[in-house]
Amino acid sequence: MPWIRRLCRQRRYQDLSLSIQEHLEEKADELMEEGMSREEALQAARRAFGNVGLIEERSREEWIWPELDGIRTDLKYALRQLWKHPGFALTAILTLTLGIGATVVVFSVLNALIVRPLNVSDPQLLYNVEHKEHGWYMQSYPDYLDYRDRNSTFDGMTAYDTIRAALGTSQTVTKNFGYLASGNYFDVLGVQPALGRFFHANDEHGKNSAPFIVLSYDFWRQRFNSDPHVVGTTVDLNKQPLAVIGVAPKDFHGTEIFFWPDFWIPITNASMVGYSRHYLENRSTHNPFVLGRLKAGLTPQQATDDLNSISRQLAEQYPTADYGLNAHLVKPGLMGDTWGDPIRDFLAGVMALALLVLLAACANLGSIFAARAADRSRELAIRLAIGSSRWIILRGMLAEAILVALAGGVAGTLLASALLQGLSRWQPFVEFPYHVVVLPDAKVYVVALVLSLGSGLLFGVLPARQVRRSDATQVMKNGVGTEMFFRRFVLRDVLLGVQIALCTLLVAASLVALRGMERSLHAPLGFQPQGVMLAGTDLTMAGYKEGQFLPVQKRMLEETERIPGVSAVGIIDRTLLGEGCCGSEGVFRAGTTDFRKELFDSRNFSISPEYLAASGMRLLSGRNFTWHDDADSPPVVLVNVTFARMMFGTTPAVGQHFLLYGGKLPKEIVGVVEDGKYQSLTENPQPAMFFPLTQEINDNDTVLVVRSALPPTEIATMLDRTLSNIDRNLPLTLHSWPDALDLALFPARAATAALGIMGLLAAMLAITGTFGVATYSVSKRMREFGIRVALGAAPVELIRAALGRPLLLLLSGSIAGLVLGVLASRLLAQIVYEATPHDPMVLAGTMLTMTLLGLLATWIPARRSMSIDPAQLLRDE
Amino acid sequence: MARNPQHRDLFAGALELMILHSLRVKPMHGYALVKHIQLVSDDLLQVEEGSLYPALQRLLRAGLLESREGISAKGRPTRIYRLTRAGVKHLEREKSGFQIMFAGIARVLAVSKA
Repeated sequence: MPWIRRLCRQRRYQDLSLSIQEHLEEKADELMEEGMSREEALQAARRAFGNVGLIEERSREEWIWPELDGIRTDLKYALRQLWKHPGFALTAILTLTLGIGATVVVFSVLNALIVRPLNVSDPQLLYNVEHKEHGWYMQSYPDYLDYRDRNSTFDGMTAYDTIRAALGTSQTVTKNFGYLASGNYFDVLGVQPALGRFFHANDEHGKNSAPFIVLSYDFWRQRFNSDPHVVGTTVDLNKQPLAVIGVAPKDFHGTEIFFWPDFWIPITNASMVGYSRHYLENRSTHNPFVLGRLKAGLTPQQATDDLNSISRQLAEQYPTADYGLNAHLVKPGLMGDTWGDPIRDFLAGVMALALLVLLAACANLGSIFAARAADRSRELAIRLAIGSSRWIILRGMLAEAILVALAGGVAGTLLASALLQGLSRWQPFVEFPYHVVVLPDAKVYVVALVLSLGSGLLFGVLPARQVRRSDATQVMKNGVGTEMFFRRFVLRDVLLGVQIALCTLLVAASLVALRGMERSLHAPLGFQPQGVMLAGTDLTMAGYKEGQFLPVQKRMLEETERIPGVSAVGIIDRTLLGEGCCGSEGVFRAGTTDFRKELFDSRNFSISPEYLAASGMRLLSGRNFTWHDDADSPPVVLVNVTFARMMFGTTPAVGQHFLLYGGKLPKEIVGVVEDGKYQSLTENPQPAMFFPLTQEINDNDTVLVVRSALPPTEIATMLDRTLSNIDRNLPLTLHSWPDALDLALFPARAATAALGIMGLLAAMLAITGTFGVATYSVSKRMREFGIRVALGAAPVELIRAALGRPLLLLLSGSIAGLVLGVLASRLLAQIVYEATPHDPMVLAGTMLTMTLLGLLATWIPARRSMSIDPAQLLRDE
Repeated sequence: MARNPQHRDLFAGALELMILHSLRVKPMHGYALVKHIQLVSDDLLQVEEGSLYPALQRLLRAGLLESREGISAKGRPTRIYRLTRAGVKHLEREKSGFQIMFAGIARVLAVSKA
């Protein structure tokens, strides 16, 4: 029972005091007997005894675990100090809350996307197998089979592909996302079903032999109301009946971090649900991802060597299809790691910025603490004089810092958790199964704790020098450390300078991001998205076969054209800058018979003749297609400027010919169109070719591009009605083109938001930092200013005296920050499209921002120094 | 308090040993203890108060001493310290340990230059 112990201890302490008191009295008595006066005797006794308080304290410490108890006392004292200065405490805690909160958020995202691997057993052994070079993350199915059967370095190798399909139950048809997976998929991953069973390798008996479907847990819950009898029922996928055999466990979301499937079906059934008839046989088209589980104890290099020996055999065996085949192992989960690099770069960059914010916050707090230490120098001197050790004083100050840091850390982590929960629920693209769960885990909490303690130590130790150096007698003689304040160069100033430099860097970074964003919004797209409605559908989902597409598409065009207010309507087979855009294929010179080495890869699209008018893509030379360019007429093509330049240099491209892979009939270029952005806004100019719908089909998608002056909602309703009339089973997605561009703009938006928030935090820190130092500087010199005013100093001189240093620091810090910003341009360029801090707008904007911040932060202190009433002030002193 | 350079620091445990031994002879209060040690050592040893009181608390805590209310020689209330049974045992053990150590040191110091 602690109170009993405390009571006993209290008693001990009283006994001790009594003993010592008696000791002194007795000694004094003795001295008095030698003839001293009582007063002299008592003084002498005390001198002989030594520091009563200190000895008593040391004696007491024998009773307790001294450090621990000391720390407890320190914390209590620190708490009282903070309680007594709520403004200071709140500012400090808030500063840290923001700094730590920002860092924790960024770290959680980093942790979720990069550090935390796929949610299966031994995920570190899993690798995606790429072919050719990094970025070619798909394999052909026959190659997959060969790799799977011939390798000796993997415990298992599975193939999977993503699919969008119309899933129908007896009640409704919805558009859903899923995986086509090889039979061994779940076994290689080591996942167990939550309900029913999974399909296995022995379920595969050739094409379309396994009409099974496994549901994801969430999909089962939402769409089937967690029906326990769902196993054994039948659902339709693109109108093909499939038997539900099982439900996946709750925390398994497939093998692509961003692509959470609603279902899995055997890859052997690919053609049954609308994929090409040759999906499983064609060695030269690359579709599925290949994921291998490395044998324990082997290095990725050994596995790569093993796979490459197979690649060489395959290249010999199939000299055209597998020409130059080789294998690469990459981390799985992020589109064969092609998203990994930019995401890693981006997050690492933002993480660095977040740490800078935290560092700036620490510098800020360091200067506040140093100022407080200076303020308390008299108290500290007294404590030193009466026998406190420097270590105890330092410990007290550290306790305060750590307390503030922990409070800030807890608040920051709570704030971060709230933000992260929002972020995890947030689905930026309703259309697509992009889920990112970035909830903090144990690792994140540990990092938060380390960050708080680290920053607490960092800014708590900064004023330590002051304590170490302070000389009790000096301080007590001179009054409140004036000597210290007037030294030319104080730690506080350095800290403020550093902080402002960091803040300027961050402000510059966020301005750069804003400019980059603005630029990417105004980058020439190669089409005019304003006033265009996109209606996407997939004819295979409604059960049409490839040969049946054209009549339906023609009817769609005709019916849509008749909608009043529609000025143009065309068809393209992919949404430019949309999800899943774009495909490409190799092109060859006319007359080539050896198709092993292509000239280059070009984006490929199929369009209707009206597409140009509807999309606003400009024809620069030659002619557009007509409906007369059909399957029976000579093959024609439109190419963009980059394509023309790459193939023909300066020679006019119109009238020239080229070949596609394995083609015999050369394609005639009838026109050249402007360049555009196809896959991402940040891509370099890409070669692209546009075929007539009547001659080439690249993709099952049919996207109606409808230009109209009508409001989007109105045109959407009418389109929905018109297209449903053509076929009730057509799954339709309708959105305006600018909305559809959200996906393409997402990276830039995310970057701008992240950098903007960092910049804002930095700006706030710069204000509080400068404000703190300026206010402190004014308050410390009130007396001096009073005298100067009394002697006739003009207000301007006072302001110069009071704010000269903070402003000078602001200026030099800003310049240093800008220089840093220019040096860090490479980092920024990785984050933001066309980011350059050399941009005069950015430079000017940063300087302007910092100046405004400086004015804002020094305004109140300046007013205070001007409103000095010398009579009042000197009386007070 | 300025330290008298003639007074060396005692080695570890020596102060406790002397306290225990002195209190075994007669229970005393703090000041009397200082006086006693000074007296019996013919002023060779001077106990610093700065060490005495922490040491007393240490011994109290270890259960080697106990304290009770008492009256000083001058009739003031104070605390009288006396050995517990554990204190007696500890003293015996320590004393023999010290004697061995002293003997050892004496032998080392007795070796003259060869």
